[in-house]
Amino acid sequence: MNWRVLMAIVKKDLKVVAQNRSVVIPILMVPLILFGALPWLAVLVPGSINMGGSTMNDIAPLLAKLPANLTAELAPYNLEQKTVIFFLVYLLAPMFLIIPLMVSSVIAADSIAGERERRTLEALLYTPTSDRELLLGKLLSAWLAAVATAAAGFLLYSVMVNLAAWQVVGAVFFPNMMWLVMVFWVAPAAAGLGLSVMVLVSARAQGFQDAYQMGGMVVLPILLLVFGQATGVMFFSTGLVVLLGLGLWLVDAGLLWYGRRFFRREALVSRL
Amino acid sequence: MEAVIQLKNVSRRFGEVQAVRDLTLEVYRGEIFGFLGHNGAGKTTTIRLVNGVLEADQGKIRVLGFDPQTQGPQLRARTGVITETASMDNRLTALDNLTIYADLYGVPRAEVKTRVSGLLAQFELAERANDRVAAFSTGMRQRLAFARALLHQPEILFLDEPTSGLDPMAARQVHSLVTHLAREEKRTVFICTHNLVEAQRLCDRVAVMEHGQLVAVGSPHELASRYVRRLMVNLETDPAQRESALEILAAAGALVDGQPELANGGLRFAAAGREAIPQTLSLLVNKGIRVYHLSAEEPDLEDVYFALHAGKEQ
Ligand SMILES: Nc1ncnc2c1ncn2[C@@H]1O[C@H](COP(=O)(O)OP(=O)(O)OP(=O)(O)O)[C@@H](O)[C@H]1O
Ligand SMILES: [Mg+2]
Repeated sequence: MNWRVLMAIVKKDLKVVAQNRSVVIPILMVPLILFGALPWLAVLVPGSINMGGSTMNDIAPLLAKLPANLTAELAPYNLEQKTVIFFLVYLLAPMFLIIPLMVSSVIAADSIAGERERRTLEALLYTPTSDRELLLGKLLSAWLAAVATAAAGFLLYSVMVNLAAWQVVGAVFFPNMMWLVMVFWVAPAAAGLGLSVMVLVSARAQGFQDAYQMGGMVVLPILLLVFGQATGVMFFSTGLVVLLGLGLWLVDAGLLWYGRRFFRREALVSRL
Repeated sequence: MEAVIQLKNVSRRFGEVQAVRDLTLEVYRGEIFGFLGHNGAGKTTTIRLVNGVLEADQGKIRVLGFDPQTQGPQLRARTGVITETASMDNRLTALDNLTIYADLYGVPRAEVKTRVSGLLAQFELAERANDRVAAFSTGMRQRLAFARALLHQPEILFLDEPTSGLDPMAARQVHSLVTHLAREEKRTVFICTHNLVEAQRLCDRVAVMEHGQLVAVGSPHELASRYVRRLMVNLETDPAQRESALEILAAAGALVDGQPELANGGLRFAAAGREAIPQTLSLLVNKGIRVYHLSAEEPDLEDVYFALHAGKEQ
């Protein structure tokens, strides 16, 4: 594996994608709203945020349903504090995964389907790169950008959550173990899901917009997780999150194993 | 002569379309090789096969001793390709386009800067180095494509219709560049073109493709004497003897393909090949015709191309 080549592809893809507004704007805006504004809104205007049918005001019944380990973790706090912490730390956790998923799939849509549409792919095919390096370079650019955005979003969220909840909780309570696992284990896997789905989608898509829309479907499983928590079907915990990450990594590996055949020169050029 | 590209019975189909059929061809080191043929004749497909970007269904290909199918990366490190559409990243600057490709082509790190700035200067793009390619004209984009294809100093350069869409000045620049690359720098140039005048002027040898098949290969001159069955001859005689000269020629069956025309005070007629010239001359002189001028128009690739095509249509 030639690192110089991989880095050249990453550099090229990221420089090119930085010029595409329909990629850059969502990548900047979604984390800002989700991590910058949401914590304040949740604390200052309880009831304003509706997570799958339950607002901050009617979280109490959910709290009663918590499994033992979560109940123990929240035990030192009073009801108001519990509500805020549960909402910001647990209920919002699955939303975090939207970031790496979205970023990686949008960038991969631009760098794979978009590159073919712009007719710049062919020049790349004539370089002394192997098919595998080409695919890895493309995957790496979307993946690195997604993981970096997720990490930046996490840092922002860490600051905002503690600040916004200071009046109620009066202590630094974020991040906990579960969130660290989310950031370092699950988010990279979610980024991998976004791009491996995009490799498959790009084999069929006509161009960037087409791929972008088809790839939007990857967010659906996240909504399922959000809904699952809000209705008390399951709760995020360190253990669950470790398993979730493992599952995602396995799905990534399977999809890439299947998708790499669409990324051979022979297959790519046949669709130029 | 060393063959740097060898194809033996190479075929490739796309579904129902046989893009390349049983192609056997050699290209020698240092020559300018023209690849001619109608739209869809299989020219671009051949470039892709030879560079290991497409796989052949049948046959054997060797380029610089490499098998494109299994040694594509090593091979592509020594070939450069200018694709049919310039395929330049419009969103990047000229400088970025070149430096990124220098990395992809494995140009030694220490040399990247000097090579890139040297090529930008050579192709008169130095002042626009930091502008995005989106703002470039077709000619500038094509010059940048040349700079990019030459970054790694390839031994063989493939040019897929390099002058289509260029103005005459830009096209002439491409011609002198191609000549320079082959004659001074000793690189092999494989050039696909629809422009027969260009091929005639530039190429040492040409191949003519039709529906994926090779129909002729040789130097423009060889092909002309091999395939062109008629030759335009200009004859000037004593004006008073013109009628009798015509009768003599007609009686001897020296006129082919239609009636002679009057041109510049002389006659212009089609004769059957080079041998017709001495025959015509001695015939006329023996019959007492005073011949002031007799010349044959050298057939060119255009005549070859249409002669080959006419043969196919019958
Ligand atoms: N990837 C592909 N998938 C399907 N058919 C293809 C593909 N590439 C080429 N063909 C077909 O193969 C034939 C040869 O195409 P090719 O592009 O090699 O021709 P060409 O000589 O370069 O033509 P042009 O002068 O128009 O560039 C054409 O009929 C074309 O439609
Ligand atoms: Mg072509």
